[in-house]
Amino acid sequence: VAAANFGRYTRPKFNLVLLIILQLSLHTVEGVWPLPQSFTSSTERYPLNPKAFYFGYGRQSAAQQDCSVLDAAFKRYFSLIFPDYTSDNLSVSAGQASLNAETVWGALRGLETFSQLVYQDDFGTYFVNKTEIDDFPRFQFRGILLDTSRHYLPVQAILKTLDAMAYSKFNVFHWHIVDDPSFPYQSRTFPDLSSTGAFHPMTHIYTQSDVRRVISHARLWGIRVLPEFDSPGHTQSWGKGQSDLLTPCYRGSTPSGTFGPVNPVLPSTYQFMARLFKEVSSVFPDSYIHLGGDEVDFSCWKSNPDVRAFMQKMGFGGDFTKLEAFYMEKIVNITSALKKTSIVWQDVFDYHERVMLHIWKGTPASYKEELSRMTKAGMRVLLAAPWYINHIAYGQDWRNYYTVQPLNFSGTEEQKKLVIGGEVCMWGEYVDATNLTPRLWPRASAAAERLWSDEKQTSSVDEAFPRLQDFRCKLVRRGIRAEPLHVGHCKHEYQGV
Amino acid sequence: MSIRTIMLIMLIAGTVRAVQASQYVSLWPLPQKVKILDLSFKLTSFNIVDAKESSAGSSCSLLQDAYRRYYEYMFGIAKRQGPRKSRLTGPSELTELQVWITSPDSECDGYPSVTSDESYELSVDLPYAVLKAPKVWGALHGLETFSQLVYEDQYGAVSISDFPRFAHRGILLDSSRHFLPLKVILANLETMAMNKFNVFHWHIVDDQSFPYLSRTFPQLSQQGAYHPYTHVYTPADVKMVIEFGRLRGIRVVPEFDTPGHTQSWGKGQKDLLTPCYSGSKPSGSFGPVNPILNTTYDFMSQFFKEISTVFPDAYVHLGGDEVDFTCWKSNPDIQKFMDQQGYGQDYKKLESFYIQKLLDIVTTTHKGYMIWQEVFDNGVKLKPDTVVHVWIGGGANEEMGKVTAAGYTTILSAPWYLDYISYAQDWQKYYKVEPLDFDGTEEQKKLVIGGEACLWGEYVDATNLTPRLWPRASAVAERLWSAKDVTDINDAFNRLSVHRCRMVA
Repeated sequence: VAAANFGRYTRPKFNLVLLIILQLSLHTVEGVWPLPQSFTSSTERYPLNPKAFYFGYGRQSAAQQDCSVLDAAFKRYFSLIFPDYTSDNLSVSAGQASLNAETVWGALRGLETFSQLVYQDDFGTYFVNKTEIDDFPRFQFRGILLDTSRHYLPVQAILKTLDAMAYSKFNVFHWHIVDDPSFPYQSRTFPDLSSTGAFHPMTHIYTQSDVRRVISHARLWGIRVLPEFDSPGHTQSWGKGQSDLLTPCYRGSTPSGTFGPVNPVLPSTYQFMARLFKEVSSVFPDSYIHLGGDEVDFSCWKSNPDVRAFMQKMGFGGDFTKLEAFYMEKIVNITSALKKTSIVWQDVFDYHERVMLHIWKGTPASYKEELSRMTKAGMRVLLAAPWYINHIAYGQDWRNYYTVQPLNFSGTEEQKKLVIGGEVCMWGEYVDATNLTPRLWPRASAAAERLWSDEKQTSSVDEAFPRLQDFRCKLVRRGIRAEPLHVGHCKHEYQGV
Repeated sequence: MSIRTIMLIMLIAGTVRAVQASQYVSLWPLPQKVKILDLSFKLTSFNIVDAKESSAGSSCSLLQDAYRRYYEYMFGIAKRQGPRKSRLTGPSELTELQVWITSPDSECDGYPSVTSDESYELSVDLPYAVLKAPKVWGALHGLETFSQLVYEDQYGAVSISDFPRFAHRGILLDSSRHFLPLKVILANLETMAMNKFNVFHWHIVDDQSFPYLSRTFPQLSQQGAYHPYTHVYTPADVKMVIEFGRLRGIRVVPEFDTPGHTQSWGKGQKDLLTPCYSGSKPSGSFGPVNPILNTTYDFMSQFFKEISTVFPDAYVHLGGDEVDFTCWKSNPDIQKFMDQQGYGQDYKKLESFYIQKLLDIVTTTHKGYMIWQEVFDNGVKLKPDTVVHVWIGGGANEEMGKVTAAGYTTILSAPWYLDYISYAQDWQKYYKVEPLDFDGTEEQKKLVIGGEACLWGEYVDATNLTPRLWPRASAVAERLWSAKDVTDINDAFNRLSVHRCRMVA
């Protein structure tokens, strides 16, 4: 189902074959997550000796030593696979496993899968079962949204989230970096934005080097960083450091003192946006950029006489959606000229070709209808609506995220190909570093499998439960503070506080 | 930029309205009487000392420990952030907080109880601040309050007179559905003290696992714990929890819930649980504790004898909730017993028969007992000092009326099941509960000694316990400590936001 080559990366595909022949013993590895497309394992198992184990480049591999992504990955995965082992003595071993992938991104996914196949017996000996795996993701775009405006998230928290994302094979970090409450992004071009708009100009900002750090950490995990600079709504914090950017609201014929969305009638607005997005597109290397465009409240625009005059001039009448569309189109043109493809929330039902729509509203009935409508119009779409996991509830709500069927809407095969993937959203109104990790994991992993694996093979919640429980214990073992699914225990509990 | 401004800016996060400064600064729970005057002082080379007239001195390790702890809370942050420019003008310097235990018996080496005097008076004025309390328990609460004033960086002249509205202010943790490592239990006790909670209700064992390592019956945890080494509480662990609690004025009340909720007990104690029958043959599964065998009561005698020596609190919680009768019904020996006793088909009578014997056993160990409301509802004969724990939602108010009309002391948990999470600011609904909002006389209402916020463990372990419990439990803390008319939700929001940041720090 996955679309053709897209964005910066080719579709990661890999297969994994383990060939060593040694003793026979019974063990099944439960927690391989997400489920590979094709997975055959036998009970035949091989011990692994951490002293003798090493990752190497195959002779015919196009990537060799000095491939930064894989060199770093080998080191990381070695300690993930052998958590009790601290030295890195390497030597040749008898048997061999082989991992073939078209690109390094596929190799990363394969390493992750391999790391999940290794287990320890009660005495601590490492084993892996004879296995053959052929794997590729069902959907190209498998994202997590974090919101660093409602609450500042320290860089460490973001990096830790990237690690956990890689364990579930997520590949896009949608960074909803600024919004109404705060503007933590420290812009080179407009430093006043964060110095007046952040919760604190020194302790609650992301410097250029912080951003670079996030991007390079993500890259080594094969994760794209998609920045979102949401406008014209959700921009209160922008107005602090950029006067005249936001629309002054009026009470009758005088300004009320409050401000609304970005002012779409002033040329200075577009000059500002052009310079800002020029910087953003050079800072963030991904070929996509998210422009937001959601929840624009028209009342302030309506109250402003200059805006009303503009509406008249443009012949928009009383239809403010036209004004919004006018604004969005100008922004999309800006980012297009910068060679970026734009993603917008569904509110912006536009017609620009370098645009992808992000569907976030409503119940299955309404988002399915939206999927039909948007794909019928030939637009590419991303699905977020059923995965707003900031909406917590008592009990095993991971099941709701697991049983989503992204392509279950009325449309042709061609239409369905336009669903590029989906995204788990963790909006920040009630979330910061104190509760981000347990709230995100392992519930987001349920969506991860839905986005990666074959739907027919992963339709049973009952079958998924023990695997996800086991996978969750693996996450805890790796230092990810993933919360429990239900009663039970992990061999290695979370030891922090 | 001053710390205060920083804090206020930080708190505008994710809230519908901006946090404003409360006239009560950020005190939580709100003391019974607070008067804040306009003078302000500078704290330099500060010391917490025993007043000369105090009945507790340097040998009182409970207080000495607390001085050190609170000093670290108050000035530790400042030390970590480096020296600050002093913003406060004025020559007045406050150098000392004197702690004065006024009662001849400070209870320094004792354990807190439901009748402990937790009151205190705090007066911050020149030349030194004075914290007066009849007992050390009040002093601990006064230190917490003082530290909250200092945190606010606005330590003005203050006169506080405080005591709790309810004597039993508890948190229930469940270490059976998920094992809770010691660290997280101790950290939780620490946070409880910051919120003036004074009872840790330790629901230590249940169906799923038996982590309590019993000296008398070690096989209970050997067979019944999730893992006999890594997922148990040794006698040393238990001692640590009890002492850690004591030093913070927190009672540790263990719950060993029977006859239901006991699946894990049967693994290490054969014949304890009732064998269920499928027709005329045992089905292989087991039900509640077997009430008809003498061996059951021999076991319970020995077991609760041990418990009474391990846990110093005057009370144990005996559970008695949610007993499923189907297994008993299926067992022929039990059916015979029912006939012999003339109980007919009323298994509540059998349950009461068991509980009665259990209560008598526990009485011989000189402990009072707490029981879940079903035991009362089923008409069991209870000692007058029994505490009835009301937990069933829907009808809790009537239940409170019934229990107190029968003359028993009661604690309320029904509206405070904090394991039931939901989206957005649910702390408000916990805050709005009024425990005495039921039909009854003044005398009856006096029998309500407090309540407990419960965090059942089906979906909770060390990975998410702290953020799930706090600061939502803080809402319950204020409801149980502060005066009845402290109900302004907006003021509460302002104070709680700061209190939350303080707990994070």
